[in-house]
Amino acid sequence: MNGFLGALIEAWAEFRVNKARVVLSLVGVGVAVLAMTAVVGVGQIATQAQIEQLEASSGRPATLYLSTPYNSVTGQSADAATVEPVVAALAERYGIQYVAASTWLNAEVQTPNGVEGGDGRGVDVPYGEMHRIALAEGHWFTAQDADRLLPAVIINDYLWQQLGAPSLTTHPTLTLRAGGTAQAVIIGVQPSTPYENYPRFFILNSAWQTIQPASAAMNGASNWEFWVPAGIADELTARIKSEVSAAIGDGWQVSVNRNDYLAWGSSDPLGPLRLVLLGVAGLVLLLGALGLVNISLVTVRQRIREIGIRRAFGATASRVFLAVMLESVVATVVAGAIGVVLAILLVRNDFVMQYIAPGVTDPPPFPAEAALVGFLAATAVGALAGLLPALIAVRVKVIDAIRY
Amino acid sequence: MTLLRLEQVARAVELPDGSRLDILKGIDLVVDAGEHVSIVGRSGSGKSTLLNLLGLIDSPSSGRILFDEEPVESMPGSRRDRSRGRDVGFVFQQFNLLPGRTATENVVTPLLYAGGQQFWRRRRLAIEMLERVGLGHRLASTPDKLSGGEQQRVAIARALVRRPRLILADEPTGALDVETGAAVMRLLDEVATSTGAALITITHDPNIAAMASRRYRLEEGVLQDLRPVAGEIAR
Repeated sequence: MNGFLGALIEAWAEFRVNKARVVLSLVGVGVAVLAMTAVVGVGQIATQAQIEQLEASSGRPATLYLSTPYNSVTGQSADAATVEPVVAALAERYGIQYVAASTWLNAEVQTPNGVEGGDGRGVDVPYGEMHRIALAEGHWFTAQDADRLLPAVIINDYLWQQLGAPSLTTHPTLTLRAGGTAQAVIIGVQPSTPYENYPRFFILNSAWQTIQPASAAMNGASNWEFWVPAGIADELTARIKSEVSAAIGDGWQVSVNRNDYLAWGSSDPLGPLRLVLLGVAGLVLLLGALGLVNISLVTVRQRIREIGIRRAFGATASRVFLAVMLESVVATVVAGAIGVVLAILLVRNDFVMQYIAPGVTDPPPFPAEAALVGFLAATAVGALAGLLPALIAVRVKVIDAIRY
Repeated sequence: MTLLRLEQVARAVELPDGSRLDILKGIDLVVDAGEHVSIVGRSGSGKSTLLNLLGLIDSPSSGRILFDEEPVESMPGSRRDRSRGRDVGFVFQQFNLLPGRTATENVVTPLLYAGGQQFWRRRRLAIEMLERVGLGHRLASTPDKLSGGEQQRVAIARALVRRPRLILADEPTGALDVETGAAVMRLLDEVATSTGAALITITHDPNIAAMASRRYRLEEGVLQDLRPVAGEIAR
């Protein structure tokens, strides 16, 4: 205990006496740790952003996708009303909480500039959570929205701006035309993607049916999504397929596929990105470590007399080794801590967050893993950079050192 | 009580051409606790080599060194290091203070390798020792702010702060003027006497050597006792 504390005191004294040299030598390590931590942190946040984008388009793991059954003989798609009860029964039987039908809708919308064609999508309430849909204004559909006299719609920011960005508290309406014309009340606004220069809206399937029951021809085919635990995804895929096939009869082709990003091939689609980021971070750290080793080696040679004096006053070889190692480790840990803090400040900066992860709905906190990696890397670099000088220090002959 | 005993100690080194150079030959020396011994010799006579052997820094090529009647060669390296730190204090010719550290920090240095009270009270002990050598007003001064005499007094305080039983002074006045050197030696002698430590001074200055109770001359690796024999005193 005394030995370790004494070595720590020596290390601190060395740090204090040679502040300028130590600080300069540690700039490289601090910057390297900052870079590594920031790269790992940015990588994780960017990964989260990419995952959210992937989940927004194809659902969260594991999402099973039941396409509208298709009759290859007649060339017809199955009627949604036929499939819907089968899907409801399946959800009930297997306890699947998140099931949503989605239907592409062809509709036109009225804006102050005229009538524009828009992309509509009929969805069920769980769809929002299953696709991580985040709104800039208002809220996603609730079960009560199905009972509204005027159907609720959620529009994209482009359309909202076209309408003059009316406050949702005034219950603004949207005029839709798909065969007939109908009014819908706007309850939410979804941010537009960068190149989304056209109207887009969500509406509940049930609401769409009430306002346009006769316009089925204007609709695309419905598809159903099941968000299920990944561990039972394969089993459920087979069961859904067989039970839907059995329910709607022969001649129909039923396709059920896992649709989320984790099902795309056997490897992690984000793996290459992670590897590249890790490679860059490792390289940066290696450069910092080499700089530190270089300076440490030069320094320890300059300190041979001091080491000899310490040996003369009772420092054992192991104590000298520990003190020189600790000098390096203490200093790099301090530099590493500063690097980690700076990396957190840098990465969590709003400007940077907007740049690396625009529109992330669940902005992850600065990854503890990245901070830990940075801290451990700093410690490891300190230990490695201290090892060579410490070995040299141990081999110092007391007599020669004092006369050095 | 015998503190240090050398029995037929020799030290030789092999030269680059393969030949052997005998630095010390058949040294016999007994140092008792509290004794003041001086060893004089010209440059190259083997004084520093002998000092390293006495300070448990180096090992003899042949013969035995016993510290507290325990053969030094049987001590493991780390134990020898600890014993050196606990029982031996060094005063070097060039002071060898740690640069950039204050006088207090320099005197604290040996206490960092101590245990128990000495470790935990290290700062207090260092200040007390510096006050004792008359440097109570220079505690925070770094070596570059101290005169040669003051630096050597810091070195003496550092050598004595762990209350060693043996003080080895290698040309302690070599870098000082005559007056300062004499003052430093008086101080060293006085503090060693008061702490009961044995003092071995290695010097080429006969005046410094004369301050010791026993004197030896080292010449061509052979240690000669300079004590007058009983018959000579009678005459």
